[in-house]
This record gives sequence, structure tokens and C-alpha cells, in this order.
Amino acid sequence: MSEIVKITAISGTAVPIRGNDIDTDRIIPARYLKEPTFARMGDYPFFDERFDQSGKKKDHPLNDPEYRGASILFVNKNFGCGSSREHAPQALYRFGIKAIVGESFAAIFAGNCTMMGLPAVVVGAKEIDQLIKSVEENPRTEYSVDLQSKAISYGNQKLRFDMPETYRTALTLGYWDSTALLRANLDQVKLTAAKLPYMSGFNA
Amino acid sequence: MAGKTLYDKIWQSHTVGTLPTGQTQLFIGLHLIHEITTAPAFDMLREAGMDIAFPERTFATIDHIVPTDLRQRPFRDPEAEELTQVLEKNVAQFGVEFFGLGSMNQGIVHVIGPQLGLTQPGMTLACGDSHTSTHGAFGTLAFGIGTSQVRDVLATQTLAMDKLKVRRINIDGALGTGVYAKDVILYIIRRLGVGGGKGFAYEYGGAVIDRMNMEERMTVCNMSIEGGALVGYVNPDQTTIDYIKGRPYAPKGAAFERAVSYWRSVVSDTDAQYDDVVSYNGSAIEPTVTWGVNPGQSVGISEKLPKPEEFADPDGAKKAYEHMGWQPGAPMLGTPIDVAFIGSCTNGRLADLRAAAKIVNGRKVNSHVRALVVPGSAEVKKIAEGEGLHEIFTAAGFQWREAGCSMCLAMNPDKLNGREISASSSNRNFIGRQGSPQGRTLLMSPAMVAAAALNGKVVDVREYE
Repeated sequence: MSEIVKITAISGTAVPIRGNDIDTDRIIPARYLKEPTFARMGDYPFFDERFDQSGKKKDHPLNDPEYRGASILFVNKNFGCGSSREHAPQALYRFGIKAIVGESFAAIFAGNCTMMGLPAVVVGAKEIDQLIKSVEENPRTEYSVDLQSKAISYGNQKLRFDMPETYRTALTLGYWDSTALLRANLDQVKLTAAKLPYMSGFNA
Repeated sequence: MAGKTLYDKIWQSHTVGTLPTGQTQLFIGLHLIHEITTAPAFDMLREAGMDIAFPERTFATIDHIVPTDLRQRPFRDPEAEELTQVLEKNVAQFGVEFFGLGSMNQGIVHVIGPQLGLTQPGMTLACGDSHTSTHGAFGTLAFGIGTSQVRDVLATQTLAMDKLKVRRINIDGALGTGVYAKDVILYIIRRLGVGGGKGFAYEYGGAVIDRMNMEERMTVCNMSIEGGALVGYVNPDQTTIDYIKGRPYAPKGAAFERAVSYWRSVVSDTDAQYDDVVSYNGSAIEPTVTWGVNPGQSVGISEKLPKPEEFADPDGAKKAYEHMGWQPGAPMLGTPIDVAFIGSCTNGRLADLRAAAKIVNGRKVNSHVRALVVPGSAEVKKIAEGEGLHEIFTAAGFQWREAGCSMCLAMNPDKLNGREISASSSNRNFIGRQGSPQGRTLLMSPAMVAAAALNGKVVDVREYE
């Protein structure tokens, strides 16, 4: 709907959040979904794990000054499972995360990431372990996630990643903001609709 | 040539074309919206100066944030009031049919779609809520979407989608006494894992599913997403057709007969090819309770809690034990509870309330337990009251509430406090899900929740059946 923005590479420092099956209620507690816009979501990622009841900071990678300014997030398996709330990737994105590298992502979460131009790329268990250790050893390490060559590089290391080819194409060609693309075919949409018997209440 | 699954058939008939990304542009036959995930989508539409492409194919209700006790406006929670007003303004401006507070059609979006006859076999259906898979019980290709996708459906009635694989899940044989649809889906998720369904649509079948009524099938399909499957469905049959007949938005007369022949045509062919097939015997399933912090962490009521080393992810299991505060080797049987919640899009329908009322009838809720029954829709509430169920519940000490999502996700005043333990008929036992970051949720069937409420602890509902 706006101009086409191609996302081909993300570079920067990284932050790790360990653990499998991290659900969207943990990424953003439901009470923040009462806000009518995404504008303030960047204040809330992992809120209940980062702050205690009195608002005091707890130990959490996103609170750790060592990882301040990170634009790449390292996670384990089935990240983003649970609800369809786009508030979850919005919260991470608005906090400053521009790419997520993990062992696997839940279906709706990965789709939401793609639709907002946030690459969620997949590496094996051994590779994510290597990446997490590298950032824990040196939080100032600079990483580059290259969607064209499907590789993550840092120092003299280069790791291949995977992601659904359709998502990669959407990001690199700038079709992740899909509305204009879909809307261009409204005539065909009407033809498809006309062939579905329920669209006429089975009266055609 | 091999036959097709229902998924293949609906996918094919709803395909508009292939996009430059390689994705399919898929037509969405029915779009349901609620207050939570839609406000930014309408803003995006306004910013782009777009209207709704097929306004008659979107229906709205309000469920997540509504209080279930006092309904006066403005709501006590100013954020809930504001979001409600935003939805009311959006549906009015864009011409969307709205089942608001006070409408007999108001209720949890996944309860009212089927109840109104909006949900029909052979359709695609999307909603900004992960439990949209519920509608798959009708042989509908139904799935949850994010807010940007809500925008796309509003603007184009289509989505950019990738085709899923199909896993057939057979539940053969028969269920024992006191074993419900909820136990079946918790068993499936335990066996296949919370991420096991990734990339798959689940087709549920077999003798147990065939015998289920529509409400039971909805419970099973509802939690497909908890197993990682975006879509879950059951092939439509006579049970499906009988359920839809006569509902407000169902076709009538000769049109209904034409609809039935269409609905029957989308059933998976007998020689359909599946990407995977798994089969379980219904007799192996016990009344099931979750012990951990995801819906895959469950045990049968007679089992002892497993050791962390027995899991593929021992660290995850250890963290779950830390949060919940119990030890491997102990049973869930006898675990004290503080709260009993019967409701939600998983188990807030008439059949659920009837099953719970049967257990409760003539008995009293334990004096230490805060117990509430929250009907899934205004109509469920009305019919239940017609049957006198509310009197059974209130006489026992349950609170009888108005329709909404309530304590399933605590975006409204219904919440756990502190370390409270809740016996809940809902779908997620995630940390913090029921409103307290320290709170603990035990998922189980409505009948098991009822029995736990009476005893103040987890019991085996089979003692009551």
C-alpha cells in the first residue's frame, strides 16, 4: 500500500533468549492488547519477565546493558507459539529487533513477521547453539543476516540458514506488504468468488 | 489418480492465482472479527483510502475484553471502553454487521459463527484469533491470522498463503466413561507435541470423531493450534448437516438441498493421499490434566508426573516444574485448586455446560474455591437458563456470568491472583495466561473442572459418572 521496500540484509549486534516453546503470552502479556494501536508495543516485549510487580527490573537479556542496541534476536524451537497476536512481533520490532534467527517458529508468528518485514530465519540446533554462545561470549559481535545468500556471517564464520522460499521472496522483492499485490487482482478475485456456490446463498 | 482431501478441494476452489512470491492468493469466504486484533487493520485501511472489498462477508462481535459481570457502559476499565468504542466506530464506518453487547448474537467469535449458521462446510474462514481452527469442525478450512492479514482480508477478501501438508489423525474405538473431547485433543497434543503440527493441517477422523456431536468436534478442532497446526478439520457428515439446518444464516428450502450436495462434495475422497497418518485408540485415553506450562505437558489422571529426562526438552520440563511448584513422581490427583473456570471458545458451549451441570447437580462447591461459569454466547446463556442449568450452578456456589472470553486470557476483570491454581476448561496454560504472572493453570474438561470445584482439588471425574 506504500512504496515497495526490499529487505535483503540485516546487520548489527544480537541478543539471545534461550528456551523452547516461548509463547506469545510471554512475548507480550494480553493486557497490552487493549491498546488500539501498535505505537507503544516497543515498551512491552517480555514485560512480566523483565519487570517485577513493583516495576523493578529483573535479570533478562532484553534488560542487559551488554545487549543494548541489538537488532538480531537468537531463539530456540517453536518460538512464538500460541495466539495470533501480531502485537508479539510488533513489540520485538519496535523494541529494535529487525531479524530473528531460531530453530523453528510457530506458523502464525512466522507469517506475521513476514507481513511486517521482519525476517524469521531458521538454523539447526547446532548452529543456534554456536550463535548463542558467540554472542554470550562477546555481546559486541556484529552479525549479518543476508537473505540473498541465505547466510549469517560474523567474524570469519558463515552459517547457512533456511526459510520458506515464499517468505524470502516476499521480503527480498518487497512484496511483504501484500495488500497492493492482492488488490491488483480484484477482478480475478470476483471471478473466483462467483464460482463458489455459497457466495450466492446457493441460489445461483 | 489418487483422490483428494477436503483441504485440497477447498484450497483449489478458492485459489485466485499464484503471486510473484510463489504464494497462492486464496479467497476467504467468511471473515469474523472482534475488538482485539482489528483496530490497527482499520487504521491501515483508512490511511490507504481503501474500502472493504466484500463487506457482506465480514461479521463482528465483541468478546475478549467485555466484563462478564457488570455490563454498564462506560466499562469500569477505560481501556476496554475505548477499544469497544473504536470497534463500534469502525464497523459503523465500514458497514460491517455487528453483534454487539445486548445482541442475542453476541458471544465468543468461535461460538457465534457456528451457532448462527455462518460457518459452513466447504468455505474458507479467517479471523484474527488463533482458535479459528474451531470452525474446522464443519469441514471448513479455517485459520487464525494476524492484524496485517486482517487488513488484507478487509481490503481484498483474499490472503497470500502457502499450502499445508495434511496429517490424518484417526481416533479409533470408543472413549471410556468420563472421557470427553477435551481429553482427546489434550492426548493428541501430548503425543504429537506442541510444535508437531507445524506445516500441517490436521484432519480428524475415526470412529470416536464420527460419533461426536458438533460441539465435541469444535473442542477438538479448537486446540489444533496448540499442537502447532494452523488448521484442523473434520469431514462434514449428517451430524454436520443436521446441526446447520434451520440456523439463522443457513440456506433455506431448495437452497439448503443444493448446499447439502455441495457440502457432501468437499468430503475427502476415500482414496485421498495424506502426507502423514497417525492412529490412536480411544480406549487408551483417560481424563487428562495438564501439569506444566504448555498444553502438551499433560498426564492421564491415574498417572504420576514424568521425570524431566523423559522429555525431548528436559530443560523446558524443569522450568515448567519450577513455575508450577510440584515434583516429578507425584500425581496430579489431589492437587488443591483455588479457582474453577468453565467457559471459553474451547468449552463454553451448551454441551459443556450440560456435562458440568450433571456433575454439580445437588452438590456444593468447596468453600475455598472461587468458581465461575461463563457461557460462550448470549444464546448459550439463554438456552442454558431455559434448561435450569444456571440454578444448578448457582445453588452449588458457582457464579453465573454473561458471555465472553473471561478468564481464558484475562483481558477483562476475570483474573487469577498471585500463585492461585486454576482448574480451567480453557485452552492455554501458558505462564501468566490467566492474568497473574505467578498464576498456575490446569487444563481439563468441563466435567473435570466441575468435579475439582466440588472437592477443592483435582479428582477423577469417573467417580461421578
